[in-house]
Amino acid sequence: MHDGSASGSTVGGAAARAAGQPTPALRTPAQPLTRLVRFGDALWRPALLLGIVFAGWWALSETGAVPHYLVPTPAQVWQTMVDKRAFLWLNTYVTLYETVIGFVLAVLLGLVTAVLIAYSRTMERALYPIVLFAQVIPKIAIAPLLIVWFGFGLAPKIILAVLIAFFPVVISGVAGLRSTDPELVDLSRTMGASPWQTFRKIRFPNALPHLMAGVKVAVTLAVVGAVVGEFVGANEGLGYVLLLANGNLDSALLFADLFLMSLIGIVLFAIVEVTEAVLIPWHASRRSGTPLTTS
Amino acid sequence: MTVSSTAAPAVDLTGLTVRFQSKRTQTVAVDDVTMRVAPGEFVTIVGPSGCGKSTLLKIVAGLVAPTSGTVSLMGRPVTGAQKEIGYVFQRAALLDWRGVRKNILLQAEIRGMDRRQAARRADELIGLTGLTGFEDALPHELSGGMQQRVALCRALLHQPSVLLMDEPFGALDALTREQLNAELNRIWRETGTTILLVTHSIAEAVFLGTRVEVMSPRPGRIVRTIDVDLPAERDYAKVMSDQRFDRFATEIRGLLGAGANH
Repeated sequence: MHDGSASGSTVGGAAARAAGQPTPALRTPAQPLTRLVRFGDALWRPALLLGIVFAGWWALSETGAVPHYLVPTPAQVWQTMVDKRAFLWLNTYVTLYETVIGFVLAVLLGLVTAVLIAYSRTMERALYPIVLFAQVIPKIAIAPLLIVWFGFGLAPKIILAVLIAFFPVVISGVAGLRSTDPELVDLSRTMGASPWQTFRKIRFPNALPHLMAGVKVAVTLAVVGAVVGEFVGANEGLGYVLLLANGNLDSALLFADLFLMSLIGIVLFAIVEVTEAVLIPWHASRRSGTPLTTS
Repeated sequence: MTVSSTAAPAVDLTGLTVRFQSKRTQTVAVDDVTMRVAPGEFVTIVGPSGCGKSTLLKIVAGLVAPTSGTVSLMGRPVTGAQKEIGYVFQRAALLDWRGVRKNILLQAEIRGMDRRQAARRADELIGLTGLTGFEDALPHELSGGMQQRVALCRALLHQPSVLLMDEPFGALDALTREQLNAELNRIWRETGTTILLVTHSIAEAVFLGTRVEVMSPRPGRIVRTIDVDLPAERDYAKVMSDQRFDRFATEIRGLLGAGANH
């Protein structure tokens, strides 16, 4: 039901922008009340859509139009979640753990690769083909190999999460680092800046808005990577539970499991969004308000 | 400075030629330019777009190496990026995530200047350029004119021997431009900084310069040097109605043909 998690916030953001544009009053910053209004304004559309989908599901399953082993009722799903909360929590925790470790490693590794590519032509020529190869190879196809190599434990899942989340970080990082104003680079040279100073004070902060876009994509992909790893060989995690539920035709458990997977993605995405707002409040995509002066 | 002020010119260009080599063609950007700027002088270079005047400033700053000819700054030959200059570009090139004061202080941070002294100097410059009250404003909250004032403060923070300005007001509207021209004249008089300014506006070149170097279209050559014998303190209305201004402007326009505006 939360399949739209990756695009969810952009939809909400677009709604806020679309609503904010024609009424300048909403664009003035700071007032808590206006902020609340804007938040509500951004929320009601997706909430309404979600409500309609939920109502459709409820009507379809509750009336018996579709058998319960295909589509369970919302009440059944809820009951399963309550009854099996310890089991579900344990497996959610495993998947969450794999996702977060994989995501963090992907960001670190992606950032280092992006810096190497952006700073050195030689490195670019050497690394780009490998990065691209790692991206285009179907992850599901190498998952069995990783299981053979690294066993049934967490390692293959984390590696898959890294492999799948790494690419957008590299691409956005390189784009960000390359977008530095050449005049700023000239300026830093006349200040006698060291390459590290130029990176830390100019190029890296300048790259952050680009980079965060890639990081947001990466966090949603990391969940996919972890679950794919669990599909191929695991005895715990939400991917494993999904196979289990499918084998038993336990559609209520299956739905509960899907819901938890989506929840992981949404919560992690929200955390990245908040981090972005803290890191780059100055960026055009995040600010509202008008210039202080006109002259 | 180590060299006595009477001896060495602030900027000394001799027989400067710059050729850019692309795959098949060779472009001569600057052709045999010789120019001297004495300390405290305000020299403006006026010429049509693409005559290599920006390249000239980059050479003085040591950001571009000339194909032939010699460059020296304060009596020392220019071999790499020069630290004793201040640079202002057409675009303010500010750091979007820093407020006005912190943008100015970037200069101090990278140079490792004394913090307290730099902060005091920044406040002085903020006062001098009329930015008081906007110390913490972010660049996107400022108008183009205000942003350019911040860039000017940043370029002056370390009290450079020479201030290089590359069409600094080219992106501003006419009124803001006039206002900033008058302010720059005042700042030049108050700080005594040597300034080398590039522009394609004839009015700006004459209004600001104690001397105007007129450049031809590519390949860029200096076709005439005009000493502007107007008083150092320049009032916009007075200068514009001065007959000498008209004479200079007409002369330059004749040299540039239809290639320049104003």
